[in-house]
Amino acid sequence: MDWNVITEYLPLYWKAMLLTLRIGWIGVALAVLIGLMTAVIIHFRVPVLRVVFKIYIEIFRNTPLLIQLSFLYFALPKIGIKISAEVCGWLGLGLLGGSYMSEAFRSGIEVIDSVQRESALSLGMTNFQVMIHIILPQAFSYSIPAVVANIIFLLKETSVFSAVSLIDLMFRAKDLIGLYYNTAECLTLLVVFYLIILLPVSILGTVLERRLRYASFGT
Amino acid sequence: MQALGLDVLFKGSNFLRLLEGLWKALGISLIAVALSIVLGILFGIVMTVRNPVVKAVCRVYLEIVRIMPQMVLLFLVFFGTTRVFGWNLNAEAASVIVFTFWGTAEMGDLVRGAVTGVPKHQYESAFALGMTKAQAYLTVIIPLAIRQLIPQSMNLITRMIKTTSLVMMIGVVEVLKVSQQIIEANRMSSPNAVFGLYLTVFILYFVACWPFSLLAKRLERKWSN
Repeated sequence: MDWNVITEYLPLYWKAMLLTLRIGWIGVALAVLIGLMTAVIIHFRVPVLRVVFKIYIEIFRNTPLLIQLSFLYFALPKIGIKISAEVCGWLGLGLLGGSYMSEAFRSGIEVIDSVQRESALSLGMTNFQVMIHIILPQAFSYSIPAVVANIIFLLKETSVFSAVSLIDLMFRAKDLIGLYYNTAECLTLLVVFYLIILLPVSILGTVLERRLRYASFGT
Repeated sequence: MQALGLDVLFKGSNFLRLLEGLWKALGISLIAVALSIVLGILFGIVMTVRNPVVKAVCRVYLEIVRIMPQMVLLFLVFFGTTRVFGWNLNAEAASVIVFTFWGTAEMGDLVRGAVTGVPKHQYESAFALGMTKAQAYLTVIIPLAIRQLIPQSMNLITRMIKTTSLVMMIGVVEVLKVSQQIIEANRMSSPNAVFGLYLTVFILYFVACWPFSLLAKRLERKWSN
């Protein structure tokens, strides 16, 4: 292990990590939004949209992100839709994540007792109010373990971005190994930086899950 | 057809080559799935042991697999171990090792969840009916655990098949790589081939994964009540 090499590479990896983090978290935010929207639409059985969103879930759950990104980035320009690599990353991650998140939220919404809904309605709340004030807050807390697992999964999936020539951690490591053959140093840095990204999320997830178990104790 | 680049598919043996590529990816994932199921069940049983040392080791293994992207694991095994230990490893073998390493941990966790998820009163009622331990496990606990386990492991299998698309990054010539080769070869004659081929790959992966998802969903619904 050559420490000079490591200090020399650190800034490069740091920059790559920032890109991974930026795209990763934008993707996660999009995924939560899309997932929430999809879950609510499927829950309320909105006529046409429901079928559209169900098809969307099936398609994105059953294809790899690598293929989705390649399709967005290389194939769509041929029919006149040009998207920059970074936006491809957001979209790919958001759409893939949305299909996973929607399942998580849906099981949360379904678990909330219909008594809650009926009581709120009888208090004179509108359907929309019931959703915002009664159902979603409870559904959220119920689906948190699944959501955290999905976030970790999405942040891990960012490793395929190098395929659409985004200079993320994976790209950086592969590039440096190819240039200078410092395999051991490059791979160690790669592991360390992924740990920096993912370990906090994982720990936070464990803490949240434990707290939630207290919250649901006795029910 | 020409505009969408689908014509390239039917030139020569292109479509057959794509299918061969898909088979290669599927083969890797199926071997890994088979190994993971066997090893995962063992690992799951080990995880239910109450020994703190065993527990800690299992926990660390599980966390490593959970946190490290599969691509990083692939790089570590394919470039890292070969460099450090000086052995030779072809890309397919490295992929099988990595996916088994990953699948075993995930499968083990599912097995553990299924076994510990059986409510305590099921054990107690079985014993109260005068069953022996073997009878209780064989006729009550294991069937209950399997009902929870099978839909979840179906989902895991889908995820493993999807993740095998990454093996292209360490140089396995699977379906995406084959389609890139075809696109390169036909760059001049049909510049739109990239659309048709990537669309085909997209559909091929969907066709490979969807049956498992459907089955998982159906079984889950069937056994939920």
